[in-house]
Amino acid sequence: MTLPAWIVSLPLLAAVFTFVFPRIRIWAGIFTAIITPLMVVFLGREILAHGAIQMQVGGWQTPLGIQLYADGLSVAMLGITAIVIGCITFYARCYFTGDVSSRYFWPLWMFLWSALNALFLSGDIFNLYVTLELLGLSAVALVALSQTADALSAAMRYLLVSLTGSLSYLMGVALLYAANGTLSIKLLATTGAASPSIATAFALMAAGLIMKSALFPMHFWLPPAHANAPAPVSAVLSALVVKASFYILMRLWLVIFEPFINPSTAQLMGVLGAGAIIWGSVQALVAERLKLLVAYSTVAQIGYLFLIFPLSSITQSNHTAWQGGFYFVLSHACAKSAVFLAAGSVIYSFGHDRIKELHGIVRRMPVSMFAFALASVSLIGLPPSGGFIAKWLYLNAALTGGHWWWCVLIIIGSLLATAYVFRFFSRAFSYSPEVVEERPVPWIMEWTALGLALCALILGFIAPAVTTLLDAGNPF
Amino acid sequence: MTISLLYALVGVVLLGIGLYSLIIYSHLVKKILALNVAGSGVFLFLVATANQTSGPVPDPVPHAMVLTGIVVAVSATALALALACRIHQVTGTARLTENEPE
Repeated sequence: MTLPAWIVSLPLLAAVFTFVFPRIRIWAGIFTAIITPLMVVFLGREILAHGAIQMQVGGWQTPLGIQLYADGLSVAMLGITAIVIGCITFYARCYFTGDVSSRYFWPLWMFLWSALNALFLSGDIFNLYVTLELLGLSAVALVALSQTADALSAAMRYLLVSLTGSLSYLMGVALLYAANGTLSIKLLATTGAASPSIATAFALMAAGLIMKSALFPMHFWLPPAHANAPAPVSAVLSALVVKASFYILMRLWLVIFEPFINPSTAQLMGVLGAGAIIWGSVQALVAERLKLLVAYSTVAQIGYLFLIFPLSSITQSNHTAWQGGFYFVLSHACAKSAVFLAAGSVIYSFGHDRIKELHGIVRRMPVSMFAFALASVSLIGLPPSGGFIAKWLYLNAALTGGHWWWCVLIIIGSLLATAYVFRFFSRAFSYSPEVVEERPVPWIMEWTALGLALCALILGFIAPAVTTLLDAGNPF
Repeated sequence: MTISLLYALVGVVLLGIGLYSLIIYSHLVKKILALNVAGSGVFLFLVATANQTSGPVPDPVPHAMVLTGIVVAVSATALALALACRIHQVTGTARLTENEPE
């Protein structure tokens, strides 16, 4: 079974090809965007039929060899990555037409995809470090692509945070290795007892990963980086890259650290999440630029992800909470990328995204605004959408354990989300007689955003199938 | 105190010095140097853990990790320096300005 290795290496090969032969960059990118999702589908079928699979790359055994590991959770993440990056690749083809940065965009874009795939398939904590760095470096370079002073400063700040976070994570890896003598996640789960070095390792790894996932109050780098990057890049940063470090934290928590963790640590994570929801939403309410509004909305939505830790520490509802958290990851990935793409089309057409001046754009770009609205349904958590299922699972988990205060928080968060989305829509739907200079938006850019928004909606209808996939191979 | 414990402690101290300098200096090159010092601290700690096996042959896994880590650190430093040069060209200063998103 060499499929996992191909899922990592196809985008990697495409990255090298697009860099060496820039003439064929667009075709190589589109070829990868079609083939990789197909491979993920086959891997998913394999795992649904036979459970989790392991692969030793090149036949080298652990600890020196590289182990790839795939279960339902990894396939769900690979799948959402394939959908989001696949769609955005078509968007980017039009967005960058005739732009000098196109030459550097394609190799970096493929490196980013390869790093994400490798991250979701890694079976040991050191490979996770390497993939985390690959991901960070390609993401930073993509943010800097537009080369304006704001974009460069945002990229530099992002790079410094990202490197500090990785170093903290690596120190945690060193401590775990020194204490247990293994790097494999599976073996670490069975060895070791509570000790100060495990506690320190957890603190270091959690701190590093929280910085990288931009959880409040470590979110300061996210809004400038996501608002100043080119639209396809912002979409993938918000949809997938911040989730990658969150995914690692969840894996480690689930498999290695859960038995050792003090309940108050889980509550602390929940409190930070609550802070993120309130602060991110309030900042989104006062943001003056559309992309900044969307970036602050990401800060708020990351807060919901971290509610998984207090909710899963309630014994009766542990499983519901994990499923809810992952449903959040999946539906937010589709919805947020759709919103960023729609905002990107606005900038492409009008050359700016100042909300005050976007009167009546609904009539000029109806498809993009429809995509924005559909995706907002999922961001707010209205039925029928993926965001609704996620919040429903969370509310169930909180009520089963009698922790009603998390329900209050989720309801406040949804109301705030409604408020910031409608603040934009009240402008977009208003009537304006003035005629503004605009550049026509290619239909592919409008329809890919709509496609992603529809995915977020469809996730609301196929919940049983998705939860079956998440449970395949018993990741929880 | 064994020699490997000494190495491990020095590694932790280097990590601390690096992180401290990263926060207090605003010049970008100093920040990048600080990250490199912190990285070396982590690598030194990893090398010290190789001494855990009984017998004369050290554990090869930490060495493999340090080598990989150095490769990662070199490429990260290269990217950081390139960005710092670009920032200096565009803004005329090698410091991060407080560009609070408007």
